[in-house]
Amino acid sequence: MLEIKCPVCGVVGEEGDFHGGGQAHITRPATDNPANISDEAQRDYLFMRHNPKGLHFERWRCDRGCGKWFHAARDTVTNEFKAYYSIRELPPVELMKAATGSWAEYFKDKMVTK
Amino acid sequence: MRYSIFSLARQALNYHKGWEKAWRSPELKPSYDAVIIGAGGHGLATAYYMAKEHGMTNIAVVEKGWLGGGNTGRNTTIIRSNYLQDASIAIYDLAHKLYADLSQEFNYNIMFSPRGLLMLCQTEHELRGFQRTAHANRIAGLECEMIDRQRVKELVPIINDRDDARYPILGAYYQASGGTARHDGVAWGYARGADQMGVDIIQNCEVTGLLRDGDQIVGVETTRGTINTKKVAVVTAGHTSHIMQMAGVSMPIESVCLQAMVSEPIKPVIDVVVMANTVHGYVSQSDKGELVIGGGADAYNNYAQRGSFASLEHTATALVETFPIISRLKMMRQWGGIVDMTGDRSPIISMTDVKGLYVNGGWGTGGFKSIPGSGFVFADTIANDRPHPIAEPFGLKRFVRGEFIDESVASGVAH
Repeated sequence: MLEIKCPVCGVVGEEGDFHGGGQAHITRPATDNPANISDEAQRDYLFMRHNPKGLHFERWRCDRGCGKWFHAARDTVTNEFKAYYSIRELPPVELMKAATGSWAEYFKDKMVTK
Repeated sequence: MRYSIFSLARQALNYHKGWEKAWRSPELKPSYDAVIIGAGGHGLATAYYMAKEHGMTNIAVVEKGWLGGGNTGRNTTIIRSNYLQDASIAIYDLAHKLYADLSQEFNYNIMFSPRGLLMLCQTEHELRGFQRTAHANRIAGLECEMIDRQRVKELVPIINDRDDARYPILGAYYQASGGTARHDGVAWGYARGADQMGVDIIQNCEVTGLLRDGDQIVGVETTRGTINTKKVAVVTAGHTSHIMQMAGVSMPIESVCLQAMVSEPIKPVIDVVVMANTVHGYVSQSDKGELVIGGGADAYNNYAQRGSFASLEHTATALVETFPIISRLKMMRQWGGIVDMTGDRSPIISMTDVKGLYVNGGWGTGGFKSIPGSGFVFADTIANDRPHPIAEPFGLKRFVRGEFIDESVASGVAH
């Protein structure tokens, strides 16, 4: 049973009070013409997932609280939450640096210090 | 050693001191013709059929933990083949047919028990969905039938057949040849068979890296040393993404935890397998008398092999509603296994862009029933370096082409 904290309204609840929204930071390929999107890009958007054994970034919704979506960084082996952050934000820089595998690849060019 | 009533009698007279180990524990050699990662049911079956059907005996199966200790030893042992899509029917039916003769073939009892399997229809939508599956299965030649509530009650006297149930029984989709087998027996039988043909099964040997030379796989790094090989087969359900990432290959898979539990042993109350997909629960009774119960997977990525209490509670709630008689049973054990989920709920049996790297995974919550069929076609794929016709639709290319094998309806939660 996970204990989760909503960064928007601050409520702490068990996982049944929240709704898991799967992997975070998935971007739909942008275009004015869908025909320009390659089959590979569409596959990546719909099906390819990072699925790390370790640090993972995902979306949750504060189902029985404020109803807002937010982001969370969680270790998939220990189930420990490392950070909660806004649905509009990238993870804290130190967590982007700690990411491994295809997540590290994803964050590589996104680590601009504020 | 061949097992028989005579060997049993001979060993009994000898106080059972003369039994040999069922397989060797060989030292890892520096090179093999092929290396299979993962000594679960699928990996061992792959090794067995590579040796038996294709004469490839210079192969190793490497396993992080102990043989059959992953999902092969954690599932609820259900065997059925009544899937919706042609590609699925082909592979699950092949597996079902192979299961029927495995005990004789192995000279090892896998306790295959085709006791009959019901998939309950508890909403109008589910009833119509299964009628559609029934038509598809009839065209494919499977012996399955839709049965009404009265027949369900005859087959499962303990079921709650009241009209005012929250989810009343409207009927069921019945596969009389569906059933169960002893999961450990399947792993042990394949291990013993493969070992007798010369396959090296290396336990407690974790893979730490896959070695590539350009586009060609050239070896495997393990905690027991490096192995040179030109063919590597990844059969590590739950950890498919993790291992494939070592070769730089991404997978369309997410790993989640699926739990099961068994009750205290009771006298026989149910002699079929019942799957209730609407309420998320399935149950059968083991030969020891325990009710073997499974339910839905957790909703978040997890490699911890221990699931959420909320899922267990959900499953127990569903089954108490469906079988009121079990409401005061104590649950003895509960466990979790990490399963690969793909977008279309169908497995991946595929070649990859890396030469010599093959992958078999993504079985979601339904890998056990397919072990013999999966191993058979995967062995053929590896030996001949091209997809076996039954395996071809399950290739990774289907996610690019949009040729999905959509079983999310046919399998629902209980695969």
